[in-house]
Amino acid sequence: MSGLGIPSRGYGGPRFGTFAPRPKSLLARGLEKGGLLRSWDWLLILATVGLSGIGIVLVWAASAPGLEALGENPHSELKKAILWAALGLILMFVSASVDYRRYRRWAPAIYAAALLLLLAVLVAGQSVNGAKAWINLPGGFQIEPSEFAKLGIVVSTAAIMSRQPAVGARGAGRPTLKSAGLAVLAAAPSIILVEREPALGVMLVLVFTLAVMIVLSGIRLYWVGLGTAIAACGIYMASKAHLLKGYQLTRLTAFLHPQDNLTGAGYNGYEAKIAIGSGGMHGLGLFHGTFTGGNFVPSVDTDFIFTVAGEELGFVGCAVIVALLAFVVFRAIRIAQRADDLFGVLVAVGVASWFAFQSFVNIGMTIGIMPITGLPLPFISYGGSAIFADMIAVGLLLSVRRHHTLFE
Amino acid sequence: MIPVSRRRLAVLYLLVFAMLVALGGRLWYLQVLSGTQYKTLAAANQTRDIVVPAVRGSIVDDTGKPLVTNDTSLVVSVNMMTLSQTTSDGGQSVLERLAPLLHTSYKALTDDTRLCTAGVPVPCWSGSPYQPIPVAEGVSDQTALEIMEEPKQFPGVTAQVQAVTDYPMPDGANPAQVLGYVQPITQAEMAKEHLPETGFAGDDLVGQAGLEAQYNSALTGTPGAQEVSVDAAGDVTGTVGDTAPANGDTLVTSLNSQLQADVQSELAKAVATARSEGNKTDQGAAIVETAGGRIVAMASYPDYNPNIWTTGISQSAYQNLIGKSDGEPIINWATQGQYAPGSTWKVTSTAAAVADGYSLNGLYNCPATLNIDGRSFANDGEPSLGDMSFAEALIVSCDTVYYDIGYQMWQTDDNAANFAKNPNAPTQKMQQMELDWGFGKYTGVDVPEGNTGIIPTRQWLYDTWKANAYAGQDWCKNGRANGSYVQQIEYDDCGSGWEWQPGQAAIAAIGQGYVTVTPMQLANAYTALANGGTLYEPRIGEALVSPSGKVVQKINPPVARRLPVASSTLSYIRNALAGVVTQGTGAGAFGGYPDSDPNYCVAAKTGTAQNFGVNATSVFASFSPCVHPKYVVLVMVPDAGYGADVAAPAVKAIYDDIYGLQGHKAALPKGVPAAIPTKVQR
Repeated sequence: MSGLGIPSRGYGGPRFGTFAPRPKSLLARGLEKGGLLRSWDWLLILATVGLSGIGIVLVWAASAPGLEALGENPHSELKKAILWAALGLILMFVSASVDYRRYRRWAPAIYAAALLLLLAVLVAGQSVNGAKAWINLPGGFQIEPSEFAKLGIVVSTAAIMSRQPAVGARGAGRPTLKSAGLAVLAAAPSIILVEREPALGVMLVLVFTLAVMIVLSGIRLYWVGLGTAIAACGIYMASKAHLLKGYQLTRLTAFLHPQDNLTGAGYNGYEAKIAIGSGGMHGLGLFHGTFTGGNFVPSVDTDFIFTVAGEELGFVGCAVIVALLAFVVFRAIRIAQRADDLFGVLVAVGVASWFAFQSFVNIGMTIGIMPITGLPLPFISYGGSAIFADMIAVGLLLSVRRHHTLFE
Repeated sequence: MIPVSRRRLAVLYLLVFAMLVALGGRLWYLQVLSGTQYKTLAAANQTRDIVVPAVRGSIVDDTGKPLVTNDTSLVVSVNMMTLSQTTSDGGQSVLERLAPLLHTSYKALTDDTRLCTAGVPVPCWSGSPYQPIPVAEGVSDQTALEIMEEPKQFPGVTAQVQAVTDYPMPDGANPAQVLGYVQPITQAEMAKEHLPETGFAGDDLVGQAGLEAQYNSALTGTPGAQEVSVDAAGDVTGTVGDTAPANGDTLVTSLNSQLQADVQSELAKAVATARSEGNKTDQGAAIVETAGGRIVAMASYPDYNPNIWTTGISQSAYQNLIGKSDGEPIINWATQGQYAPGSTWKVTSTAAAVADGYSLNGLYNCPATLNIDGRSFANDGEPSLGDMSFAEALIVSCDTVYYDIGYQMWQTDDNAANFAKNPNAPTQKMQQMELDWGFGKYTGVDVPEGNTGIIPTRQWLYDTWKANAYAGQDWCKNGRANGSYVQQIEYDDCGSGWEWQPGQAAIAAIGQGYVTVTPMQLANAYTALANGGTLYEPRIGEALVSPSGKVVQKINPPVARRLPVASSTLSYIRNALAGVVTQGTGAGAFGGYPDSDPNYCVAAKTGTAQNFGVNATSVFASFSPCVHPKYVVLVMVPDAGYGADVAAPAVKAIYDDIYGLQGHKAALPKGVPAAIPTKVQR
């Protein structure tokens, strides 16, 4: 072509006289395919904010009548709940902005910090309802380290199980049994410390999350089978040897026949079930729940917040909450599916199984299909530590998604 | 190993989906399918029934003068235990704040709330220190609100509607033992009355003695119920439903408060007389009964002030109440005292003799002494009075006439049965007559406290021997053939206690020996004699009147039986007894009494029952007028001496009160009022 005598000067941009493409605005560039704003999962954020908003309203509805009866400011818990949610959102964006691969490098530090908090609660913990689960901070604030232990387990397990670089021959990249053992060993102190508090519910979340992450890491199925068998034996031995404390066993089995023990372990479950059942299809309306407002259901602003939704918002409100939680979990699994590396997959899987299990057990115990254990409902229950941990976990999900190759 | 993980993510999807289905399905089932059922459950779980106690009915006399009134009033109480635990200064500042609200002084409050211990002068609190101490009654709603609205200012101070019981004692009438008392219900009583759990509040008051116990169900009324909504802590959040309580009925009694007061004071005077004569008299009873079986007055000495039941009873007051040293004021001696009737018994003995064939026109010897079964029986130191009629024998109260009749009837009775050891032995002829007059069993008067007295039937002798020969008093072990008097008797009784011996038959005929009766039984038997042979179950209650003033139930004395005595015999005895007051043993006490006026004429019988170890029981049983009697008056004072000396003057004074004689104001000028008062006089 160049023989034509026209000097080749390569592509020098549009020729003079043709129209140049209009310079795109920052927003438009962010929103176009592969753009920076597209990297954020807005639907996930929207679901999270929605859940937090519902949570704030429910905490208000649950706490105001009781506070008013005590002659205190009926909106004091509402104000705090708004504050926690706002701080949580900030934490979420901050943790989402950090490249998730850095968390892998920071995993030992995160793990150590979570473990230290748990040790601190053992030493300086504040006893509430028989459980030593809180550390008093100056200014009247409290911190609940078991909530952050969930984050610690997710990050450390993901780091350990993704140690092998995924290269080489077929099957060579599978995590080894050694990794799995290491992950269990690493998680064991946290699990034991949480059990010591005692916070049975949190312990179950930790165990479930750990198990799901190990299985999903790609470990050989026969190891999974063997592990399941060993766990089954262990549970059997534990129940034989009465390793579970009396109250733990009572609580774990009370939900099966709640009417038998109305003054004791069955009370919460029974009252909660009546409260939710009496809500019907549309509920009694916010602040109109005599049951939850009348303090029939204990811990109604925290572990039993779902009863408020059940009574005052009815089936419709409950369905919205369950759907939003399910959306968050499914979104997390989808992020796991698209993650670039095993660490990202496992972080997302860990968060998904944590949210799924905790939500299921929490809602399940209020409607009588799960034993009653002390677990907050993610995003909804009143409590700063839980909200922060949940929000940071969503931040991790967002980080995994944002640092997908597509967006880099 | 991402591909493997991604494949396994499908499992996680499935797991979460299963959870979602489980939650959604369960929620649908709970809220949509079973929503109605849970709504009902929720409603039931949030309401409680509160018992609204009914105001207890009053007890009034025959004209509506209140003997017991019950009212509700706002009462401010101070719980000193709470006060001392919640305040650092022992409650001083609280009481200082409280005093002006109650229009009283701090000092008065501390005086009212200090405990009555040794050396503490009244006023003081004589109840339990753990009990809230009432410091003001009849408080206004405004004051109560001020106190209740600021619990922090007044810890341990409560203002509550409480029942306030009062004993107005009209004319000074205080039939304390007859009225009885109310006390909080016990668990046993709740079980006995099959009350539902909400039927009675724990602190509900229940009649425990006297009329309060007898007519408890009518007096109590029906408590109302308030259905309130509550929260889990049981705190009331609102009222759902309200059933007003039905207040208790008023019990109208046939007691006449003026006469009751007079009878009490005459009885007290009689006891004082007996004591002034050197007796150790510490109890007594007086009864006025109409010929129709209604009790117009019933006094038991000593009495007590029933207000101790409402103001909190102290340990020492309680000890006094039940203690023997003070004569056991809690006991109603009129129905519970068991005394030998003495010569008043000759009335039934005469009836038994006539029924056995002795002629009313016959003459009977009254020697100075009579020898029966080797023992000498004397006529109380009198010389031989020769032959006399039954009428004369009653008027001069000749013992030997009746000793002889008792012995003769023993001889003609079933002699084999007298000595047989037989738990089912037939009753002797004379003792059967006494049983038929209502002795030996409870009269049925409408107070729960009562004794039966003793009629020594052969069965009773056997049962007593069975109970005491080798057990109980253990006669066979304690008895000595040549020991003390009591030991000798025990020795004899061990070997022959079941036997009905001639000496016993003789002594029983003049109302001594084994025979005891209650004053109520004796008064009731004389009522039957007076009215021509109808034995009633006497009644103190006359009617139950609803709070609105409607007569709910008239209470008439039921007829227990007819005396198995010919009316001519009863008439003969009545005429004879009229002579007792004009010329016989009662003449001295009735000096100056208008005996000859048929409207006031009194017929009576004295009794002086000798008892081992103490002085004689003084008895005077009477009725008036002599023809068509209206009233029976009986005074019985044990350990007091001659019936003519102690009991007779008291009876005479009571008749003065009834009729308004000798400067007394007539208590029953027109007889017993016929109309039932439907309002409590305030």
